[in-house]
Amino acid sequence: MSETRIRVLVAKPGLDGHDRGAKVVARALRDAGMEVIYTGLRQTAEMISESALQEDVDAVGLSILSGAHMVLVPRVLELMKLNGQENVKVFVGGIIPDEDVPRLLEMGVTAIYGPGTSTEDIVLEIRQAVHGK
Amino acid sequence: MTLAASVLKGNRLALARLLTLVENNTDEGRSALNELFPHTGKAHLIGITGAPGTGKSSLVNQLALHLRNNPDTPDGNSNQPDEDPWVAIVAVDPSSPFTGGAILGDRVRMRDLSGDPGIFIRSMASRGSLGGLASTTSGLVQAMDAAGFNVIMIETVGAGQAEVDIARLAHTTLVVEAPGLGDDIQAIKAGILEIADVLVINKADRPGVDATERALNSMLQLAHPVPRIFQHHGSFEYVGWEADAELNELPWTPPIHKTVAIEGQGIEELVQAIRAHYQYLHETGSWKERECARLQAELDGLLQETLVSRWRSRVPETEYRRVLAEIVARDISPWQAVNILLDGGAA
Repeated sequence: MSETRIRVLVAKPGLDGHDRGAKVVARALRDAGMEVIYTGLRQTAEMISESALQEDVDAVGLSILSGAHMVLVPRVLELMKLNGQENVKVFVGGIIPDEDVPRLLEMGVTAIYGPGTSTEDIVLEIRQAVHGK
Repeated sequence: MTLAASVLKGNRLALARLLTLVENNTDEGRSALNELFPHTGKAHLIGITGAPGTGKSSLVNQLALHLRNNPDTPDGNSNQPDEDPWVAIVAVDPSSPFTGGAILGDRVRMRDLSGDPGIFIRSMASRGSLGGLASTTSGLVQAMDAAGFNVIMIETVGAGQAEVDIARLAHTTLVVEAPGLGDDIQAIKAGILEIADVLVINKADRPGVDATERALNSMLQLAHPVPRIFQHHGSFEYVGWEADAELNELPWTPPIHKTVAIEGQGIEELVQAIRAHYQYLHETGSWKERECARLQAELDGLLQETLVSRWRSRVPETEYRRVLAEIVARDISPWQAVNILLDGGAA
């Protein structure tokens, strides 16, 4: 009778107010049978890591279009590690310059999705990352 | 250390892990709950229900803020809630009937609560249950109760008329209305309004608030003052005055409170009404009876679920399919099929 579903936190850290991308991804994950905890705009790294802990999610998706990713992403990763959630997969979407991609991946981000990424790819990769852990 | 022991020690990650295990109906989750159950029964369980968009999440946000910032002043009465109440919130949103996926968006309205270690919020999907909660919501509430949260608020999915499971789980049920949603005939229909211990008209700055208040008031005046105590198999069983003689108390009449949740208006009065209901339950002895009814409902639900699944695991799939095919072919009725499957005989 056990029923397991992938739980994903979708959050928008920082100050930009463009949440259409986050909503599109949230909806795609929902349609793929996942449970998506949507936190809304203007989340601090502290708020995101706290939500990820309380919700015991398998993955966290961060949508950032403000250019502040090199500050926000490491902070979220650090706090999640402090909380004992270093196994939770972190995905980043939005406007990320090519030169920052390898650095973010090195920090522990599982994958980065720029404009034009197909939602099917995102669903597939989240599934693989979560089930592979 | 076992998971249950870590939860009792106040480890938040352990609690979060346990909630997942319980939600997924795992054996590990169940055995941890068995270990924790003796530590439950202390929290005040407050249910919040109402139609989608009436402002349930915003109201929960404000209530939790208020409870944390204005602890009840103890007057030596041991029934009083804790001085520094820890508040847990379980917020249920619907699962898709097609994919099983869900968007759980209640946290969007609860951002004021982040950063407070005395608050724990958990979102959950209904996973196919129709009564406004998920089948494992009561398990999650037990885990939070054992973890030491004094007040646990349970927010249902946006509810219409018949999603009344919350009244079986909570000690105090708030039904949230908003102006313009229905007339006085809607208000005297059976169902969700009946289960209210406190009625809330949120968005009270909107036009039509007076008409809504009138409709709810007239409903309350038409109601017969019956103590609602026993619930069995999904229905309230009304107890007459004789059975209630030792209580010597007037039955609780649900107060109506007007709020504007996003501005915090009316929240203090609402909290007072919730505390008054808590007092009422203790002073009249209804608390114990509600506890008994709550646990009976839980036991009956688990018995049904377990009996069905045990029985189902013993019946070969081919046999089940064969009988189903006979119903589809109109050779036998569903009732005859039940008799065949359960007793092996015809009706």
